[in-house]
Amino acid sequence: MADRNVIIIGSGPAGLTAALYTARANLKPLLVEGLEAGGQLMLTTMVENWPGFRDGIMGPDLMTEMRAQAERFGAEVMQGNVTKIDLQNRPFTLSFANGKSVTTDSLIIATGASARWLEIGSDRKLSGHGVSTCATCDGYFFRGRPIAVVGGGDSAMEEANYLTRFASKVTVIHRRDTLRASKIMQDKAFANPKIEFIWDSEVSDVLAGEKGEVEAIVVRNLKTLHETKLPLDGVFIAIGHTPNTSLFVGQIDLDENGYIRTHSGSKTNIEGVFAAGDVQDHIYRQAITAAGSGCMAAIDAERYLEGLSHHLPPEAALQTTT
Amino acid sequence: MASEKVKTFTDNNFDDETSKGVVLVDFWAEWCGPCRRLAPTVDALASEFDGRATVAKLNVDENPNVPGRFAVRGIPTLLLFKEGQLAETIVGLRAKEDIAQMIERHLAADLSSKRA
Repeated sequence: MADRNVIIIGSGPAGLTAALYTARANLKPLLVEGLEAGGQLMLTTMVENWPGFRDGIMGPDLMTEMRAQAERFGAEVMQGNVTKIDLQNRPFTLSFANGKSVTTDSLIIATGASARWLEIGSDRKLSGHGVSTCATCDGYFFRGRPIAVVGGGDSAMEEANYLTRFASKVTVIHRRDTLRASKIMQDKAFANPKIEFIWDSEVSDVLAGEKGEVEAIVVRNLKTLHETKLPLDGVFIAIGHTPNTSLFVGQIDLDENGYIRTHSGSKTNIEGVFAAGDVQDHIYRQAITAAGSGCMAAIDAERYLEGLSHHLPPEAALQTTT
Repeated sequence: MASEKVKTFTDNNFDDETSKGVVLVDFWAEWCGPCRRLAPTVDALASEFDGRATVAKLNVDENPNVPGRFAVRGIPTLLLFKEGQLAETIVGLRAKEDIAQMIERHLAADLSSKRA
């Protein structure tokens, strides 16, 4: 018999909604938080498109509420990270960094996605010394200094606008000559006098000074291949995300970009394993769609467990044996 | 709600406090979401290494000089000092076990050099 009915990996909107629903279904879920506990919303400020909050709600506050709500109904939240997973044998086994392991009859994967880097080497090396993927964490260090934001989507525009609170000037560098961002975010950015744009260009290198801090970037025009050095103190990268699926490679069916393939709701190719949120969605990627798919995964897991012959809720099991 | 085992470093006491032994410093600020997530890990490490290594926090809002000296331009950042020298840098979140292993490695190296 497995230790658990259901384990949820990930603590963003998808994972916490799955925890809320499975807890209310009396499945006594265990939720493993992961390293980036709370998910991407922990890195945001005001969330203005979460229904029910007409004046918006701070991302970290929303996640604190979601977690408390899941816990109120009995979800158990565990700090830590899954380091190994066995989905070939049943029950499934999850192992943790502290050497412990736990078995479960069903699994909901809600590990989300993490910010992408430029893949030029120098950007990752200078992380924490002027290169960042988190404006709300690191904007503070650039008061009165010039910086750049790389990317042309909603998150790039949000970061650029946010960073003008601190920076003397924000240069947005984008590969195309138009933005991918929504109209409302574009309008905000174009109206901001501190934001300038460099179009059709990419960052080909990040250069550091003697102290190991960023002092310039090399900007390459993709049409002319002309390269220019742009002196600045910081670079914020907002070029999208990659799904957190390295743990599942070779065990779960992934698409060409590494996202988990789901069908008929939240089902994966392994019976009893479900996926929700950004780890299986590269199209919508919203807090509300992640939460919605977390709910779907919880209901799918509940139905799957009902179909297992040996499964009984813990209380019912006690009652029948005594 | 930081553990009492975690010391608080400032611009003023930083050099004194890091001059001896193995010292782990967590650079953080109130407004930093990921820093809040790392806090329980830092607390746990302080208890785990109590008496063997020093674990401390430095608030970058209140103490701008030390972050500047060590080119810290992002948080959370963990710096490990050994006998006053910067030995390791961890940027962003990391599992408790990984950080503990890193501290152990420097404590062990310390012992073997003393025996030699």
